[in-house]
Amino acid sequence: MDLVLTEDQEFIRKTAADFVEEKSPVSRFRELRDKQDATGFSRELWKEMADLGWAGIPYAEDVGGADMGFAELAVVLEELGRALAPEPFLSTVLLAGQALALSGNQALAKEWLTKICAGEAVLAVAYQEARSRYDLDAIETQAVKDGTGFKLSGEKVQVLDGHVADAILVSAKADGGVKLFLVPAGAAGLTITRQARLDDRNAALVALDGVSVGADAVVGDGALLANVVDRATVGLCAEMLGGMQQALDLSLEYLKTRKQFDVVIGSFQALKHRAADVFIEIELCKSAVMAAARAIDAGAPDTAKLVSVAKAKCSDAYVLATNEGVQFFGGVGMTDEYDIGFYMKRARAAELSFGDAAFHRDRWATLSGY
Amino acid sequence: MAELDDYRADTRSWLDENCPQSLRAGGGGSLYGITGGKKFNPKNPDERVWLERGAEKGLTAPTWPTEYGGGGLSKEQNKILLQCMRELKTPPPLVGFGLTMIGPTLLQYGNDAQKAEHLPNIVQGKIRWCQGYSEPGAGSDLAGLQCRAVEDGDEYVINGSKIWTSNADEADWIFCLVRTDPDAKKQEGITFLLIDMEQPGVTVRPIPLISGSSPFCETFFDDARAHQRNVIHKKNAGWTVAKALLGHERTMIADAFGVGGGGSRLSLADRARKYLPESADGRVSDAALRSEIAQMEIDSKAFGLTVQRSKDAAKAGHQPGPESSMFKVYGTELNMARHELMVRIAGPQALGWEGEGFEDEELQLTRDWLRTRGNSIEGGTSEVQRNIIAKRVLGLPD
Ligand SMILES: Cc1cc2nc3c(=O)[nH]c(=O)nc-3n(C[C@H](O)[C@H](O)[C@H](O)COP(=O)(O)OP(=O)(O)OC[C@H]3O[C@@H](n4cnc5c(N)ncnc54)[C@H](O)[C@@H]3O)c2cc1C
Repeated sequence: MDLVLTEDQEFIRKTAADFVEEKSPVSRFRELRDKQDATGFSRELWKEMADLGWAGIPYAEDVGGADMGFAELAVVLEELGRALAPEPFLSTVLLAGQALALSGNQALAKEWLTKICAGEAVLAVAYQEARSRYDLDAIETQAVKDGTGFKLSGEKVQVLDGHVADAILVSAKADGGVKLFLVPAGAAGLTITRQARLDDRNAALVALDGVSVGADAVVGDGALLANVVDRATVGLCAEMLGGMQQALDLSLEYLKTRKQFDVVIGSFQALKHRAADVFIEIELCKSAVMAAARAIDAGAPDTAKLVSVAKAKCSDAYVLATNEGVQFFGGVGMTDEYDIGFYMKRARAAELSFGDAAFHRDRWATLSGY
Repeated sequence: MAELDDYRADTRSWLDENCPQSLRAGGGGSLYGITGGKKFNPKNPDERVWLERGAEKGLTAPTWPTEYGGGGLSKEQNKILLQCMRELKTPPPLVGFGLTMIGPTLLQYGNDAQKAEHLPNIVQGKIRWCQGYSEPGAGSDLAGLQCRAVEDGDEYVINGSKIWTSNADEADWIFCLVRTDPDAKKQEGITFLLIDMEQPGVTVRPIPLISGSSPFCETFFDDARAHQRNVIHKKNAGWTVAKALLGHERTMIADAFGVGGGGSRLSLADRARKYLPESADGRVSDAALRSEIAQMEIDSKAFGLTVQRSKDAAKAGHQPGPESSMFKVYGTELNMARHELMVRIAGPQALGWEGEGFEDEELQLTRDWLRTRGNSIEGGTSEVQRNIIAKRVLGLPD
């Protein structure tokens, strides 16, 4: 597993970078935010991305996928992360898509993965609750046996893309363990309320009041969900890697142009050294993300540990790069007009998703037997 | 693949036959490794045996060309060799600045005669080298050095002094930066010169350190002499060579310190178990310390992966950039932080200096920790490395 891009991966990266530059600069994200867009992303662009094959990168050819892996997906997500593209990769391709791909429920998997790869469906996974923090098992939503099926009741929070999802995969306690159920968006007893987050990404409250599903709605169990979240974490880390690099690039541009005391501020050593430290942390993140993505593709035994390395490093580095970024910009860094603030907010949201650095340090220790 | 498997099998059996028993399983060797040189006088005579056998097999400089006594190994073979030696927990048959600094620099900038004269002596551990860069007035601002060399017939006559010369008291030759044109711009009047220390004009005075040992010295040149054939590259072009060597030095430091190095035999968690109260669940009982240990291991892992990425990129034909500065800063600071952590884990048992009441390992830890404080100074300070990154990588102005 060499930690370099292959020619094919380099080509994908270039395609994604060009696409982002042409069609998805940060100004697009700003417009969506300014007009309080009802969808929260561009369905047209999402379709275009799917047509480029990106939604199907890690999925089999018989559902319309490209049969590649996380190494390739990470390359695309990194470029999207540079421009804060809000299309539903995390919710639909990473969380829901991986859950379906790993599921033993062939019928559900085939139906929905085909739509995902074609860019024709948005899916969400509702795993988080108000008090569950990062523990996937610490949930109160219940699945009660009802004939051959189940009745689901409970409340989920910050469900990514929940208000635009065609179906939601809901985690609930069933028979003492956790199970994941597919609930169609229009199901009776389902109430979805859009939430507003600091990073202006789609999130929703999902309330379930005795929602009925059949036995064929079961996607998998708690172990599957944990595995899916690990995989999604690596995808998120790739996005974060792009974001932190862009934050540094924006900062460097400013450091080289803004003048005070008759010189550019980038000549001040106090700022240079901070920029150098941000650079180093980003380089470490690059290696960690590449290694984790390749470990998933290879089914390596130390995958979980590498996921924790990546998320611990990326959480701290993205926050560092953006906190320092605002400081580099001085007063204008605090204004809504400058993009650096967007990155700082996204860094927080990403840090506090799927476990922050402290959570992953503890997990590393557990996995290492201490 | 099959070839590499064969290589692994051959190497294992060769090591099993040739590596002295007393140097296996992490025991019996000198603390700072097998250094060679004319003054080499190990307590354990097996060290000399191991040096000689290793040198004959080309294992002292595994990746150097065979014509100079190297092993001629590919990167993959070398990786396997290092793994096999790690399995045996045996020290490398030779360490030192010859292998890590002047050797690679000679391979890059030396002429055929220079390579033929010096490389075999390095490989066989016959000559030990030291580094004459820093002077009392020229540290970070290395190009400000004053030590003079003046031509006299076929020779140079050298006058001046060097400081912080690690192991000068045990070295045979010194690679030196000397000023050969005092009127040129400071970088342009420097020559890279090799000097035999076995002559009346060279004297050495050890300097005691805070760690209690005296591994480095002041080196004085008083009409010392060196033949002109010992100029590397060209007269007044020494700065180019000096920078190339610093690149090798930084890579070496990063390799040695970054990835769980620092000579630690016990894992951090096992150290914590030794010094902290037992916990019912077998976890390290102090949650804050546990988190620090995990952070240290995660940072080390990410750093190790970054070193690997840079090697993979080199293998794929990408030019290495000024990233050796990044490895120098991060690798050394990581090593220092690791030692700080080990000291805090050991608690009051880390306060011993010598004598009763402390284990040897504990006394060693105290000294090692003090020694690591020099990591961010030697080989170019962390501040200087950050300057280099800001300028060369990030393009920030002076
Ligand atoms: C353990 C050890 C082994 C060594 N071995 C050798 C050896 O074998 N051979 C050899 O030649 N030398 C050796 N050295 C010397 C080493 O290379 C120098 O100590 C080092 O280059 C720093 O120089 P200095 O000590 O004069 O400190 P100074 O240059 O005086 O630095 C003092 C402080 O000022 C800071 N500073 C200086 N310039 C700048 C700047 N431009 N920007 C920001 N901060 C700055 C430094 O970072 C440092 O914090 C060794 C040093 C140590 C500690």
